[in-house]
Amino acid sequence: MPKLKVDGIEVEVPQGATVLQACEAAGKEIPRFCYHERLSIAGNCRMCLVEVKPGPPKPQASCALPAAENQEVFTTTPMVKHAREGIMEFLLINHPLDCPICDQGGECDLQDQSVAYGRGQSRFQENKRAVTEKYMGPIVKTIMTRCIQCTRCIRFAEEVAGVEEIGAIYRGENMQITSYLEEAVTSELSGNVVDLCPVGALTSKPYAYEARPWELRRTLTIDVMDAVGTNIRLDSRGRQVLRCVPRINEDVNEEWASDKTRHAVDGLVRRRLDRPFVRRDGKLTPATWDEAFAAIAAVNHGGSIAAVAGDLVDCETMYAAKALLRSLGSNRLEGRQTGMAYDTGSLAAVNFNSTIAGAEEADAILLIGTNLRWEAPLVNTRIRKAIKKGAKVFAIGPETDLTYKVEWLGQDLSILGNLPEALVKTFVGASKPMVIVGGAALKGGHGAALKLVDTLGLIKDGWNGFNVLHMAASRMGGLMLGYAQKGGVADLHDAKLTFFLGADEVDFTPFGGFKVYVGHHGDRGAAAADVVLPGATYAEKSGTWVNLEGRVQRGERAVFAPGDAREDWSIFRALSDVMGQRLPFDSLAGLREEMFGEVPALRHEGLVTFDWQVPALDATASGAIEGYPIKDFYLTNAICRASPTMQRCSAELVHGETFAEAAE
Amino acid sequence: MADAVHIPDEAEVRARWGAFAWTEENARKAQEVLARYPAGREQSGSIPLLDLAQRQVGAETQTQGWLPVPVIEYVARYIGVPYMRVYEVATFYTMFNLAPVGRYHVQVCGTTPCMLAGSDDVFAACKNKGLIKGKTTPDGLFTLTEVECMGNCSSAPMVQVNDDNYEDLNYDRTTAILEALARGETPKPGTQQPGRHTVEPVGGPTSLTAMVTENHDYRGEWNVAGQGEQREVEV
Amino acid sequence: MSLQDKDRIFTNLYGYQSWRLDAARARGDWDNTKALLELGNDKIIDVVKASGLRGRGGAGFPTGTKWSFMPKEPRPDRPNFLVINADESEPGSCKDREIIRHDPHKLIEGALVAGFAMRARAAYIYIRGEYIREAETLFAAVAEAYAAGLVGKNACGSGYDFDVFVHRGAGAYICGEETAMLESLEGKKGQPRLKPPFPAGAGLYGCPTTVNNVESIAVAPTILRRGAEWFASFGAENNRGTKLFQISGHVNTPCVVEEAMSISFRELIERHCGGIRGGWDNLLAVIPGGSSVPLVPAAQIMDCAMDFDGLKAVGSGLGTAAIIVMDKSTDVVRAISRLSYFYKHESCGQCTPCREGTGWMWRVMERLRTGDAEVSDIDMLQQVTKQVEGHSICALGDAAAWPIQGLIRHFRPELERRIHERGGSLAPMQEAAE
Repeated sequence: MPKLKVDGIEVEVPQGATVLQACEAAGKEIPRFCYHERLSIAGNCRMCLVEVKPGPPKPQASCALPAAENQEVFTTTPMVKHAREGIMEFLLINHPLDCPICDQGGECDLQDQSVAYGRGQSRFQENKRAVTEKYMGPIVKTIMTRCIQCTRCIRFAEEVAGVEEIGAIYRGENMQITSYLEEAVTSELSGNVVDLCPVGALTSKPYAYEARPWELRRTLTIDVMDAVGTNIRLDSRGRQVLRCVPRINEDVNEEWASDKTRHAVDGLVRRRLDRPFVRRDGKLTPATWDEAFAAIAAVNHGGSIAAVAGDLVDCETMYAAKALLRSLGSNRLEGRQTGMAYDTGSLAAVNFNSTIAGAEEADAILLIGTNLRWEAPLVNTRIRKAIKKGAKVFAIGPETDLTYKVEWLGQDLSILGNLPEALVKTFVGASKPMVIVGGAALKGGHGAALKLVDTLGLIKDGWNGFNVLHMAASRMGGLMLGYAQKGGVADLHDAKLTFFLGADEVDFTPFGGFKVYVGHHGDRGAAAADVVLPGATYAEKSGTWVNLEGRVQRGERAVFAPGDAREDWSIFRALSDVMGQRLPFDSLAGLREEMFGEVPALRHEGLVTFDWQVPALDATASGAIEGYPIKDFYLTNAICRASPTMQRCSAELVHGETFAEAAE
Repeated sequence: MADAVHIPDEAEVRARWGAFAWTEENARKAQEVLARYPAGREQSGSIPLLDLAQRQVGAETQTQGWLPVPVIEYVARYIGVPYMRVYEVATFYTMFNLAPVGRYHVQVCGTTPCMLAGSDDVFAACKNKGLIKGKTTPDGLFTLTEVECMGNCSSAPMVQVNDDNYEDLNYDRTTAILEALARGETPKPGTQQPGRHTVEPVGGPTSLTAMVTENHDYRGEWNVAGQGEQREVEV
Repeated sequence: MSLQDKDRIFTNLYGYQSWRLDAARARGDWDNTKALLELGNDKIIDVVKASGLRGRGGAGFPTGTKWSFMPKEPRPDRPNFLVINADESEPGSCKDREIIRHDPHKLIEGALVAGFAMRARAAYIYIRGEYIREAETLFAAVAEAYAAGLVGKNACGSGYDFDVFVHRGAGAYICGEETAMLESLEGKKGQPRLKPPFPAGAGLYGCPTTVNNVESIAVAPTILRRGAEWFASFGAENNRGTKLFQISGHVNTPCVVEEAMSISFRELIERHCGGIRGGWDNLLAVIPGGSSVPLVPAAQIMDCAMDFDGLKAVGSGLGTAAIIVMDKSTDVVRAISRLSYFYKHESCGQCTPCREGTGWMWRVMERLRTGDAEVSDIDMLQQVTKQVEGHSICALGDAAAWPIQGLIRHFRPELERRIHERGGSLAPMQEAAE
């Protein structure tokens, strides 16, 4: 714990801390471009120079210099001031200064720091350098003349995304950042380089020229594109969400977001259900709310009512539907749309118990039937971190590129009963062994995987290495609210009246009864319904979601739903009137109180502890895993299927189509 | 980058070079290269192997050789390194040609020591033979490049043509070399100064004269007074 | 007190005789090297320290002291490495080439002795890519040494296993910077690393590494054979030994020659270079240590001692002892501007001041060359050099700044003359009309 002085202020910093961190600890702001807490240290921008004693009589890069006992650091001396002014001048001589037409304007490190640390004028009279744009894919727009070669994007691609497709070619003043051969970067995390870029060289292609940051209203909420529960901020203007950026949450997404999280938002204004529909003569025709409610009330259900929750819905929606069904004498709820029917007797047995952040600590990892890279990209980045610390990864399932080295054991679940010696040896010697069971293995391998808790010693003091990886944002909340039938969704096929809460991935054909779709996009669910009630997307309602590790998180409403669409809970509240069983809440707050009373764990944001009571399941496993549940990362739900950006990503990155724009 | 090399059309290059693989001899050399580095450090071989690949391309095209993208990728696969990392290396080092060059890559040093010694005349000679900086002559024979200090400063100015240096040049000597090359001859490499051996002063060495005629052993003259350590060693 | 031939280390400097092993042995190389190793690791380092040998690559750090930084008990998974810097690319420098092509066995024997002293497992000789024929010689010489059991397992029968590998670069001056060299040796772009950590702690492949110049290594066996006192008997205090001087430019007979350190410039030139072209009155200035050091005007250099301290006293440095002589016919602004182009061309592009500053400085230098500038541009250029110097990751930024600073310091009137002759304040008008 070295003690040092920064501008006379004494600070003590952890062993291994840098001078820059010590300066921050002393409350001194150190300008920087290349340095980023989550990336390796490059030390190339030279903006963070400070004066250090003892040391050579020249300024030192504080980002790369270890803090040492009795050091004296100066951040305000003339030497430091001149150094900063000089570096700022160098950074700007070849920068186009096209701020008025730059999307980074208003949130640009280069702008801000040149105001704070620059000289205010340039002495450069020569011609400026121009650099051709580089194609990087459907997400990242490049204006490379603005690039200051900080290499953050290169380091992100290599270290975090695990895709070494961005690099710096040529040298000296001709050095250029580019994707390999100017092809699209094949990462589902590529959008993060836009946030990392301290200047306007890498900007968001879908958001290009859409808005200025100061025009936007910022709303803090939770992403629903997967079960990670990425903390996001939705930036909106008027009634439209213009962009989505991640918020920092060290326990969940650090400061990353997948491209789907970021860029599915343009699907929020397309293919929307903005009025109710009723099927008349086999065709869905526009209707009023009264007509739609009347059509539902006319169904002679005799208490045979069911509800199927889709992947994106919040707990409030599910609770409102549950309450309505209960008032009508039914508790037939299911959220596992695609027919899964794993045992839910103990939620600990279907939870990601190691926690997302905890996955970094694992030293032996077995993936069973999961393509983590697509099912939870931000869990995958944690696994990469674990590997960097020395973890070894094994996997059962079809081989796929997870961005790291994996020892593939085969595709057949029977391997679980006969694990190779090398794996057992690794796990027995591990202090934090971890198993992740994915959707592709839950059906035939849940019991066998649970047995590994004993055979591989997955539970130790302060560590639970058994994990199930869900893919739906609604899943854990749904399970807590009882959205699970013993036989899965098949148990509901005979219901006379079924509510589909944004459920678009269900096989609708076996449902013989009356189908009501409550949701926001004109997708498969609406097409199969008898009555469509227009609801709100995650951006248009405040809601509670529980992520795959059992973390309760709440998001706020960013914009209002379009047209006649309403927040889902209020739809059920209104419908309950028509159906003669008025629900006992008139506000979201009222609903929540009811819901908390029933499931107290939802009351407080944060991690829910599920007691570890493993159900006795059949531990034999067999059958080959033929494929992973997600066939196309970019088109997993109704919002992204409506998103032009996601369609483009799918076409280009999954299906290998090339786009004319590349030739621009 | 107005002076950036024009990298040839990718589809054509892939069609021509997509099937690149080591010749039998180069496969053996490539293994020799990798044997110099510890296991797991195959990336260390990137520069020598790119050089080997460029030479193979040169042998196939009767030029100094260059590095088509599929060849760079072949090397990357050979050492198990992402394409981008090897591509960066290929673009960083000046000896890797990213576009085809002529049969003779005429690399004239233009840095100050050579400049002081008359490299302008060497360039003039090249120019008058139709060589243009950064370009290949229409007959495909010569590509002219101005290079930075080649470490021949005491026998400057100089030119490196493929693997050989020609030193102590002037206008006429440069012309003669280019003409000889054009005729398919290989001029004698090294200094072009008559009577000069290597980097001794012109007119004969001012030191080590005994070495001129015989492999002189000076140890006998090491008078050894007061040098105990040395006696110990010579036991 | 001129150096006698018997005290010259590189006796085959001019390559009149064969470089091959048998010829080298006949000249005294590989003569009972086992006995040198039997001195023991620390004794070898002590002798080299006592000899006063300072690194011959430019920085002049005491060689023996550098060796002593290496871990005394290397771990098997983290062996020590010796890396020999044969990336001779500093404009003006052409000595290592002569060692490698004419006396390679001195280098290989030195590698063994130095590597043994610092407990290294192997030496990598990083030779610049453009030294193609030189590398061929070196590869062959190393093969000879292996075949004769001089290196490899049980090197020279000493019981010590030591490998010598040759690694060719591919054209990048910056790889002569020691950490860029390590990057390059690891197969990456030659971009210097941040220090700390220093190579002696974490160098090649993360292992303790010492990087030494070819000449520093090649002289080691002779120092051990003849003793520290012998070597220290040449040169002034703090500047001991013999040294390969490389003289280029406007002397009558440019050459490479081994001389005693601290020889005066005049004596060196008179004895070996046939004097200045057109006589001593025709001398304009000298860059005494390779392109990276500031030039010294004629009056100050003529009787200067050619060593670290002597040249420091005149505001320059010994560098690699590559002496670039300029007579009065020289366009001195062009000569320095061409060096600025060199640094612009060789900047790796990693860090801001060097990447942006070298190009800027060169462009202003070109304007000063033609006089297409304002007098205030001279001061601005001086300030820009100060903004580069001391702010970059490695010393290339400094090296790019110093020649310009030297020019401004000594030739400011010449710069102003060109500006005035071209029309000074008229320049903007012309520019606008362009």
